[in-house]
Amino acid sequence: MSTPLETATHPEHLRRVCIEPLTRVEGHGKVTLLLDEHDQVQQARLHIVEFRGFERFIQGRPFWELPVTVQRLCGICPVSHHLAAAKACDRLVGAPALSPTAEKVRRLMHFGQVLQSHALHFFHLSSPDLLFGPDDHPAHRNIVGVIQDEPELARRGVLLRRYGQEVIRVCAGKRIHGSGAIPGGVNKALDNADRELLAADIAQVIDWAEDAVALMQGLFAAGGDAYRRFASVPANSLSLVRPDGALELYDGGLRARDPDGEPIFDHASDQDYADLLQEQVKPWSYMKFPFIAALGPAAGWYRVGPLARVNNCDFIDTPRAEAARRTFAAAGQGRPVQAVLATHWARLIELLHCAEAIARLLADPDLTGDDLLREGTPARAGIGVIEAPRGTLFHHYEIDADGLVTRANLIVSTTSNNQAMNAAIRRVAQDELDGHVLTEGLLNRVEVAIRAYDPCLSCATHALGQMPLALTLTRADGTVLDLLRRDADGGIRRAPPGSGGAMANARP
Amino acid sequence: MSLLDPEPDPGQAGARAPRLVIGVGNPARGDDAIGPLLLQRLRDQLAGDPCAGEVALLDAYQLQPEHALDLRGRRETIIVDAAAAGTAPFTHTRVVPEPTPTITTHSLSPAALAGMHQRLFGSAPALTVLAVRGERFELGAPLSAHATRHLAAALDWLSALLHRR
Repeated sequence: MSTPLETATHPEHLRRVCIEPLTRVEGHGKVTLLLDEHDQVQQARLHIVEFRGFERFIQGRPFWELPVTVQRLCGICPVSHHLAAAKACDRLVGAPALSPTAEKVRRLMHFGQVLQSHALHFFHLSSPDLLFGPDDHPAHRNIVGVIQDEPELARRGVLLRRYGQEVIRVCAGKRIHGSGAIPGGVNKALDNADRELLAADIAQVIDWAEDAVALMQGLFAAGGDAYRRFASVPANSLSLVRPDGALELYDGGLRARDPDGEPIFDHASDQDYADLLQEQVKPWSYMKFPFIAALGPAAGWYRVGPLARVNNCDFIDTPRAEAARRTFAAAGQGRPVQAVLATHWARLIELLHCAEAIARLLADPDLTGDDLLREGTPARAGIGVIEAPRGTLFHHYEIDADGLVTRANLIVSTTSNNQAMNAAIRRVAQDELDGHVLTEGLLNRVEVAIRAYDPCLSCATHALGQMPLALTLTRADGTVLDLLRRDADGGIRRAPPGSGGAMANARP
Repeated sequence: MSLLDPEPDPGQAGARAPRLVIGVGNPARGDDAIGPLLLQRLRDQLAGDPCAGEVALLDAYQLQPEHALDLRGRRETIIVDAAAAGTAPFTHTRVVPEPTPTITTHSLSPAALAGMHQRLFGSAPALTVLAVRGERFELGAPLSAHATRHLAAALDWLSALLHRR
């Protein structure tokens, strides 16, 4: 698949601008822009430059270690990987249906994780752009500026983070690398002291979350057409939904809708994900490009995460978040909201939903029950799918007779959003950069578009040898001096001397 | 007790310990495990030790904004982290708060964390970074021989510090 601005026809004649590293984006990503002599952007790409090779790392390990081991994949959303792996392992031990206590403890842990992740993103990473604008001085357009100008907002952000972390600690034993979820259930329920600890503050957390939704709703309204158009690209949406169509973060069927909101598939079993989705490799990126198989790579790329989820669901089953969702949906005038900046609005609606859902769970007597584990007929393959803070997360494992992992496949949400993020930066390039002298503020707009997806690049790459790598050395005047390429088969080629880097199938 | 009150130590009974040691790193990435491993060994060492009540221990994959709350009210906080460069076996440096800390990714530097504490609570925390030299950080790699020796030396230094009243 090639889309406008993905690949320039003659990159060797173009000026290269590299934004590296992407600030406030996890891992190591970079964006390259190729501009012609009139400063028109001819090519824009988001590159992933860090390799982690995690799938290969876990091959040969016992499956019962997976819920703990996979947390080392990501320092930002370890609980998401913990729970996705645990769900896959439930299948391996023949227990896809958990006891009520086990499922509710896991859900509570997940709500805590999503709440703290969304709080970090909005209050500390994105609010500077939204409150001060992309042209604000970079020395002020950061968390310090927020602390200076909006100290109460910054304080709430820190305390919401802490609250979410404490929910995780209570459920998983530790803030990080906990072991709460195990194949077939959980290793402990909550005790009354834990429940009272969390219950004491949840009303305040809900109020703060609702205030944050109102703040973002106001910013979006004040932003007008500029907010609605910014980096906006029509995209398919993919998410889990509950059987009744409600927003669902832990377990449900897969729903995909097209940019008009028409169904592509609905309530599909997450166990069939490999039939529904395929992945494409491109020579210029470590990160794969997933797409909906029925539509093909050109039309089948999709968006996951808060915007997709809130667009896709029919309702939210907590009252304040549902009221906020209705206002949000009205902004789409009958169609899914496609504005990238509306992702922040959707994210905060989810944060509010998580806070309300935590309050509901804390009043549920099952949370302190003692029926913790289920088991059944073991299986050799297990698939676990959850909605992580950044979007749908797939874990798929196959094991041998000794329970050792023989194959693993992970599709993380940042990978699912790969094409959507690339499309967003190309829209920014066309709308905001073309023909302008590039300034820090203009380049920051590229990052604002990516940041809306909150990509976590450190866990989004695949095993060495599977993904081609191109290294380009470019002189300041745009001349390509050298180009080294590792192909998908592992072979390494260098551009012929004197070719200026020109090499078939290899582009900067 | 309120989790939204910055003062108490969630999950720990009694008053806030005057000292805090934070072990930073990913145990799955070779010598990046120095922080969490040193913390684990310190935890074992302090079991039954009279000074255990004076020290709180905290694992951290990476530093985050809410860690500013963990620093508050401490006499001293020591962050133990692996260093990819610098003097072996370890260095210890008092952290100067970054006057305009920027969050460049989802994680914070120690100086940015100290700066955040200063902005939020009006004072610079007493914060030291114990940087233990590592050399291999590949996914799945074991702790290197050099890092094993450096970790032991750093643990001796830290243990002596914590037993100094």
